Amino acid sequence: MDARTTSALLYLDGINVSFDGFKALNNLSFVVKPGEMRAIIGPNGAGKTTMMDVVTGKTRPDTGDAVFDGSYDLTALDETEIAELGIGRKFQKPTVFDSHTVEDNLRLALKSDRRARATLWWQESAAEASRVNRILEIIRLPTVRGRLAGSLAHGQKQWLEIGMLLAQEPKLLLVDEPVAGMTDAETRQTAELLKEINRDKTVIVVEHDMAFVRDLGVRVTVLHEGSVLAEGSIDQVSANERVIEVYLGR
Amino acid sequence: MMTSFVARSLDRGALAFLAILAGLAVLVPALNLLVPETSALHLPTYLVALFGKYTCYALLALSIDLIWGYCGILSLGHGAFFALGGYAMGMYLMRQIGPRGVYANPILPDFMVFLNWPELPVYWYGFQYFAYAALMVLLVPGILAFVFGWFAFRSRVTGVYLSIITQALTYALLLGFFRNNFGFGGNNGLTDFKDILGFNVQAPGTRAALFALSVAALMLGFVICRVIVASKFGKVLIAIRDAESRTRFLGYRVESYKLFIFTLSACMAGVAGALYVPQVGIINPSEFAPANSIEAVIWVAVGGRGTLTGAVIGAVLVNYGKTYFTSGALAPYWLFLLGSLFVVVTLALPRGVVGTFRHWKTERRERATPQRAAPVAVPGAAE
Repeated sequence: MDARTTSALLYLDGINVSFDGFKALNNLSFVVKPGEMRAIIGPNGAGKTTMMDVVTGKTRPDTGDAVFDGSYDLTALDETEIAELGIGRKFQKPTVFDSHTVEDNLRLALKSDRRARATLWWQESAAEASRVNRILEIIRLPTVRGRLAGSLAHGQKQWLEIGMLLAQEPKLLLVDEPVAGMTDAETRQTAELLKEINRDKTVIVVEHDMAFVRDLGVRVTVLHEGSVLAEGSIDQVSANERVIEVYLGR
Repeated sequence: MMTSFVARSLDRGALAFLAILAGLAVLVPALNLLVPETSALHLPTYLVALFGKYTCYALLALSIDLIWGYCGILSLGHGAFFALGGYAMGMYLMRQIGPRGVYANPILPDFMVFLNWPELPVYWYGFQYFAYAALMVLLVPGILAFVFGWFAFRSRVTGVYLSIITQALTYALLLGFFRNNFGFGGNNGLTDFKDILGFNVQAPGTRAALFALSVAALMLGFVICRVIVASKFGKVLIAIRDAESRTRFLGYRVESYKLFIFTLSACMAGVAGALYVPQVGIINPSEFAPANSIEAVIWVAVGGRGTLTGAVIGAVLVNYGKTYFTSGALAPYWLFLLGSLFVVVTLALPRGVVGTFRHWKTERRERATPQRAAPVAVPGAAE
């Protein structure tokens, strides 16, 4: 695909995924514009994680189109190629490299030549060192840079993982439940952090915490049984009767 | 540029370890060759050969630690690469016998004459040249590991499934090499070696030289492993070990990393096998036995995986124990002892000897400097 087919950064159209007959995604379609921050909500089993799996190449859809940046067919690429295109993903359960230090975690994530022979002879450049310092500032962890990531508190791990996402310099960040298990103060700071990141990156946040989504103040897509149930501002979707029925009313 | 990389990768402990090995490479041959036999300090030749054997096992353990300790690939078939390297060397040594064999055939090894083989099989060609055999010592295990790894890692076979197919690999080779028509001496393997590069393999001088060479190979292997694990490549390996799919989503091609390290490890195991064969004087299919590969994994577990020095120490310790117990009244119980050793180490000493020692040292240092070890207060991270 050479010609740009859509102005959207992420374009999902008619995506179907089924596992052993269970339809995880059912004709899912939505678009995310460049520079946008989008919150995705939905009850358990609504297909949020499967949607992320499709976008990052972990799961191949049975049918449907997933186009990134108007010209890349995500359904034909694998995880590594998609990561190189500029889609970064934060997992629901914080997954940092426990036996590496905080700095080494960021160094590994830093955008650079990922091939084996390049990493074998790699030496840190001044530019890379200052980038690591800059990210440590953003994620508020400069004082623990030498600690093993495994020894961090839960909230700090979440931030480190967001920092690792930033280090990859992606165009699109997929953030899965960033505030699960965080204190109220940490939750507010995470909202700040995401808004800061959104100044120059497109962000998709999957979240259960309604107060947090309200804090973000962005357009919301509600998923239910593998397809889009409603889309709009948080107030609009909260007023939608179908949404109340399946999700909010419980 | 190379030297700076090597220098950067060797910390004080690694240098001390290399110095000890270098000392042994000089001391053991000196005590054997230069000290008169009547002296109490004289080291008998059989011990030189025994130490040489331990050194080869240590190199095998090092190759396993590189993939298991750092990349989480538990190969239970690494003995196969060791044995293939050994067979390549054995084929060279067989061709050196020439007309001195029982049947005095200048070309065919004895077992081929015995089996009425009319001529040398094509795959035995070239093994009369040491350089060719040395190349095969690296290439045969390397290519097998590359092909095996290419299929296994690309299909994302991991964990216990990978371990099982490595067992199957070595078992299949065991069955193959047992067959007479395979052309490698069947059940008896290759033995009755006479010369290596014109020197008598039995002579004390040759044995001493082989020991020194084995230690040199171990040192080289250790330096290569250190350079790799100290580089960013090594950090990626650890990342793969701890969170493989995370590494993939970061954009690293996990299978290339695994394939490279697995192939390199197989080549190291092949070299270990090649040095082993002239020192023990025989190579036969029992080296492919799955139990051998598992034993090698136990050495690494005992010494401490992911420590490199631990692999070497574990190999020497366990094999010394094996020599000690199997030559006494306890011989029938050795396998029980080995099995219980593995259970005890897994339960009580999961970091192994060296790992536990390092952990203890780090903890002591952190206690000595409490301000560094105390959880650093982070603004906002109130919990």
